[in-house]
Amino acid sequence: MNPVPTQLAANPWQTHCVRIVEITPEIEGVATYRLLADNIQDADAYRFQEGQFNMLYLPGVGESAISMSGDAESRDGWVHTVRVAGNVTRSLAALKCGETLGVRGPFGTGWPMDQLVGKNVIIVAGGLGLAPLRPAIYHVIQRREQFGSIDLIIGARTPEGLLYRNEYDLWRQSGINVQVTVDRGATDWTGNIGVVTTLMDRLKITDGTQSRVITCGPEVMMKYVALTGIRKGIAASQIWVSMERNMQCAAGLCGHCQLGPAFICKDGPVLRYDQLQPYLFVESL
Amino acid sequence: MDRTAIQFLAKPELQTLIDELRRRDYHVVGPTIDQEAIVYSELTSVESLPRGWTDEQSPGSYRLKRRDDQAWFGYVVGPHSWKKYLFPPKTTLLTVQKTDQGWAFLPPAPESARFALLGVRACELAAIRIQDKVFLEGPYVDPVYRARRAALFLIAMNCTQAASTCFCVSMKTGPRCEAGFDLALTEIESGFLCEIGSDSGFDVLGACDSRAATEQELDLAASARQQAVSMMTKEMKTDDLPQLLLENLNHPRWKDVGERCLSCTNCTMVCPTCFCSSVTDVRDLATGDIERERTWDSCFNPDFSYLGGTPVRADTSDRYRQWLTHKLGTWHEQFGTSGCVGCGRCMTWCPVSIDLTEEVAAIRETAAP
Repeated sequence: MNPVPTQLAANPWQTHCVRIVEITPEIEGVATYRLLADNIQDADAYRFQEGQFNMLYLPGVGESAISMSGDAESRDGWVHTVRVAGNVTRSLAALKCGETLGVRGPFGTGWPMDQLVGKNVIIVAGGLGLAPLRPAIYHVIQRREQFGSIDLIIGARTPEGLLYRNEYDLWRQSGINVQVTVDRGATDWTGNIGVVTTLMDRLKITDGTQSRVITCGPEVMMKYVALTGIRKGIAASQIWVSMERNMQCAAGLCGHCQLGPAFICKDGPVLRYDQLQPYLFVESL
Repeated sequence: MDRTAIQFLAKPELQTLIDELRRRDYHVVGPTIDQEAIVYSELTSVESLPRGWTDEQSPGSYRLKRRDDQAWFGYVVGPHSWKKYLFPPKTTLLTVQKTDQGWAFLPPAPESARFALLGVRACELAAIRIQDKVFLEGPYVDPVYRARRAALFLIAMNCTQAASTCFCVSMKTGPRCEAGFDLALTEIESGFLCEIGSDSGFDVLGACDSRAATEQELDLAASARQQAVSMMTKEMKTDDLPQLLLENLNHPRWKDVGERCLSCTNCTMVCPTCFCSSVTDVRDLATGDIERERTWDSCFNPDFSYLGGTPVRADTSDRYRQWLTHKLGTWHEQFGTSGCVGCGRCMTWCPVSIDLTEEVAAIRETAAP
């Protein structure tokens, strides 16, 4: 796992007061928040590993684990894309710019950016799963020459559910092969229809040992992405998934988010597929 | 006093030890009788000890019985474990105040309570060692546990008997207290034999009237300790354990035990190593301040783990499997040790007498090839 900041290691409950400085409405029920801490003077404190998350805290309501969705190199706050799903996120959605909340973090493992260098990278996102992958996309764009081909497959239930749609062209211009698919298209939809693995199946992979997969989306989607990758010759150990469970402490101390031997908060959320595989297909584990 | 020599203390000297610890600002906690059980509570006097009492235990049953002697520590273990002093059932992690500048997040006042635990069994020393690994030796440290653990004074008490639920020999945690104590006592009729395990143990013992133990006293103590070994009937084969359970995640026995288990959480509450907790916000209506309050939680609660608002382990059998495979299986990968010390509390306090050693044996009998 990533080195843990000293203060956080000594007290994972240490919470910063942050101010909402920007709210960007995304798709229905989803918005992106930029958060600046009042008491953080050192702008380096905002750095994180692509794939990590923060605990956002709405006092009186509770905490929610939310991935970073901005640029990991950024020095102007933490960026989180949040869907209204429960009490905490509903209360967050009621806040306006200038209002404050609490943040702990960053926590968890990140995408294995170092291990992608020199390889063909396949990024597969389902729905809001694109949010934790966006820092990795920014990372590879900024260092495009370090990587082989980069395929980004984005799936959503409907065209209206496609997150960050206005960035896709920019990503294409930056040397990423962006493909999009939806489960159900409206009459004006001229793109692909079907699950993300149908697009993955069409990728020309001549030597699977040179490819790496990183994926985030619903658990069932990630399982099929992994199985498709393996079928195309990519080793299970070269596939990384970002898992979700209810997290409370974010530090492996409260027990809630266990899946097999993994504490999803501390050993994940980004985990190597071969390590998870024995547990992913056991029902209600 | 020779630090390496085993000392002898006459029985009344235990009061001197308690007084000395209290003089040093320790809260001395030890065994006493409450609600027909031997529990751990603050003590000022040896008069509070369960003198002349013992406990009879079997899965689903715990009864106090009069002994035919006046032993002070002539019982095994009760429903309490020492974890309540190191990992309190309820604790405040953070106080939140609304200010003109937004939210202020205030850490709790530094922990000031110092505890001296009197009568810690070998399995319980092992349990504390396991919780040390959980709360202190990973990438994150629990600040509450750390403060309380650092101030702890441990007086171990070797077992001189075993309950039908005990299996510390199988778990390699007892019955002999080997390490991890400040002082370790063995009770014989005339007094206590005392091993010194630390500088502070040596220091505190200096306040007591003690002398080097005689050969005869040493022999009496050794045979008293041997009695605990001889009385132990329960066993669990452990050498194949994490693997056996993890290769049998779909074994029919999980459904079978799930039909018996009430999902009452008793086993996790009495377990000296279970560490799961939940945090909730509690608002003080008068001041408007909010406290982030941590309480013990249990993987037997249906909403303990959920995904997208739906419980991950909806059936009791799923939750029993999680508990047992964690305790005896994945715990090894997480912390380099089993999560079980063989104290037997989970069976004694199970209202439907589930015995985890029997569940493991049943899975082994018809394990997946």
